[in-house]
Amino acid sequence: MFPAHSISILVSNKPGALVRIALVFSRRGYNIDSLVVSPTIDTSVSRMNIVAHGNPEILAQIIQQLEKLVDVIQAKDHTRQNVVSKELVLLKIRCKAEERAELLQICNHFKAHTVDMTEVSMIVQLTGSSEKIDSMVSLCKKFEIVEFVRTGKIIMMRGENKT
Amino acid sequence: MTAKPLNGAQVLIECLKREGVDTIFGYPGGNVIPIFDAILDSDIKLVLTRHEQGATHAADGYARVTGKTGVVLVTSGPGATNTLTGIYTAYMDSIPLVVITGQTICPVLGTDAFQESDISGMSFATVKHSYLVKNSGDLPRIVKEAFYIAHSGRQGPVLIDLPKDISAGACVANFVDSLDLPGYKIPGRAEEDHIEQAVITIKKSKKPLILAGHGAAMSGASRAVKELAEKLGAPVSSTLLGLGTFPASHELSLGMTGMHGTVAANKAIHECDLLISIGARFDDRITAKLSEFAKQCDVIHIDIDKAEYGKIITPRHFLHGDAKMILEQLLPLVEKLDSADWLKTIESWKNKYPLSYPKHGGLRVQHVAQMLYEVTNGKAIVVTDVGQHQLWTAQFFKCDYPGQLLTSGGAGTMGFGFPASIGAALGNKTGFPVCAVLGDGGFQMTLCELATAHIHKLPIKIFVMDNRFLGMVRQWQDMFWEKRYSGVSLEGNPDFVKLAKAYGIEAFYISRNADAKRTIEKAMEFNEGPVLIHCDCEQEDNVFPMIPPGASVDDILIEPPKEVIEKPTGGT
Repeated sequence: MFPAHSISILVSNKPGALVRIALVFSRRGYNIDSLVVSPTIDTSVSRMNIVAHGNPEILAQIIQQLEKLVDVIQAKDHTRQNVVSKELVLLKIRCKAEERAELLQICNHFKAHTVDMTEVSMIVQLTGSSEKIDSMVSLCKKFEIVEFVRTGKIIMMRGENKT
Repeated sequence: MTAKPLNGAQVLIECLKREGVDTIFGYPGGNVIPIFDAILDSDIKLVLTRHEQGATHAADGYARVTGKTGVVLVTSGPGATNTLTGIYTAYMDSIPLVVITGQTICPVLGTDAFQESDISGMSFATVKHSYLVKNSGDLPRIVKEAFYIAHSGRQGPVLIDLPKDISAGACVANFVDSLDLPGYKIPGRAEEDHIEQAVITIKKSKKPLILAGHGAAMSGASRAVKELAEKLGAPVSSTLLGLGTFPASHELSLGMTGMHGTVAANKAIHECDLLISIGARFDDRITAKLSEFAKQCDVIHIDIDKAEYGKIITPRHFLHGDAKMILEQLLPLVEKLDSADWLKTIESWKNKYPLSYPKHGGLRVQHVAQMLYEVTNGKAIVVTDVGQHQLWTAQFFKCDYPGQLLTSGGAGTMGFGFPASIGAALGNKTGFPVCAVLGDGGFQMTLCELATAHIHKLPIKIFVMDNRFLGMVRQWQDMFWEKRYSGVSLEGNPDFVKLAKAYGIEAFYISRNADAKRTIEKAMEFNEGPVLIHCDCEQEDNVFPMIPPGASVDDILIEPPKEVIEKPTGGT
């Protein structure tokens, strides 16, 4: 298994930009694990955060080929750089009244929030690093996880450095 | 602006005129009628081909010979999809095209309307960039950007998909000079410290070699390549598309390298201590077995496309930018190298392994190519199709001028040659005759363009090399597949002389080497329109030298092997 890479792209808001970017990854055999597209302060530009895995030697190629796209303003690999890296997850867990205490204890430990609660289920929201989310999800597996939605990773360089 | 507002089609035509467009290759249909209507009121020449694929190849040939951007105009649906092979061919060889496709009206986009095809979706992987025009106000900026992108940096095809309600509807857009391309940068000079480091490496070399690629020709670096070669005392080999960048008749020329290149060129790459690659991208036709390629030398890779860095090989120095500008940076800093012994070795290879072909038997393509060279004194624009005749022409028609040999290199598109020769003949300002050297297979893919050549009275010399085989595949089956011929016989070929005459085109027939020269002379004297020379060739001739795919220069075959060779491990 190849390591995952965190890639940040600034792209002009033009039709087809996402397809062109996705094609670069698929053509060189890279699998996209997560993709977050969001607006920036400049309304003509979007930010894409992509986590993908594949042969590391190919990645440099992919970055260059992304930069070659007319709509791409910059593409950078931030793997192993000093970045803030966060994800958000929503977990809908089947949970009867007698199980709630234990689940809330787990939530409390991870500083997760309950954002919906019914007689039989609960939705838990957790923000944090991918590793933190993985470990909470792992603990919650003793309950029945009905639904699971993860935003994918967003990253930002720390300090003065630009992403 | 007149009192009556222009429609989108009229604005488009005005934009094209502002880009200097004088010729459009096209084929009409329902969704481009407004544009064809607007052309009537302009002085742009419309060349109606007989198939949309022909239009794209013709525009490609026009672009290759003029250095301008070729323009294609076709309708939506099948008209658009028929251009895909031509777009891909241009993309693989970095040829600037702007392809304008009609599209169904905006309100029904995505509903499988009649002759609707998602041509931008289909072409994403094979265009430099593309546009779907959804607001008529964007039209002038889009056309401006399309031409700018197609013809700058590493050139390539750009597609504009234009819905009919935009072309037929009123368009009040202002013409613009500005571009909105924050992510698009055009490389120019290389960084000074990269140049300085490369110069240190160059100065150490005793066995230098220059590899001239298509990028060198496209940047107009031909003269600079010659200066560099002469100043360093470095021999020059070429890729297929780089032929002519450095004069073949120059004593430092090694000719073409790669799978069917000269022995001297291939040996030189293997044994040099410095390889300066100028605008070449180390295609597998050039490198043969990659692990054995140029392994004893430092590589200086000059390329305008940063994404070529490390794609195939990792060079010691990568000089990113325009080939001509970079050579002009290098030239004042380098001096003559101590390469006398190396040049002697090269000379001995050239003498020991000249290109040759058997003189016995029937008419040979090699002989026709050589006679064409002799009769024209090397002053011709030669357009080939793809296959054996392409390589034989590259070997035996020695190119002294850049842009002299037009051929589909990266894509290897059969059917390219003949329509490309039409575009070349229309754009040709050199005074050289345009000669199309075609195989019987490729010619039959696009021969409907005989009508186009005839109606425009284009003085193209059309050589149809007829061996009633798909020769290159037959050669592989012969050499690597125990001569089990499958799907390569072209029995049933027409009488090409009668075929030409049916279109009203003059035609000659030859089947003996002895007749080739006289007939070519006759064809050269006929300039009333196209002339077709049906060359009835030796049926089972093979192209040599050959490095079998996946093999290295040590395995180069100079003549037919005595025993069966193992199936190649490389790509096709």
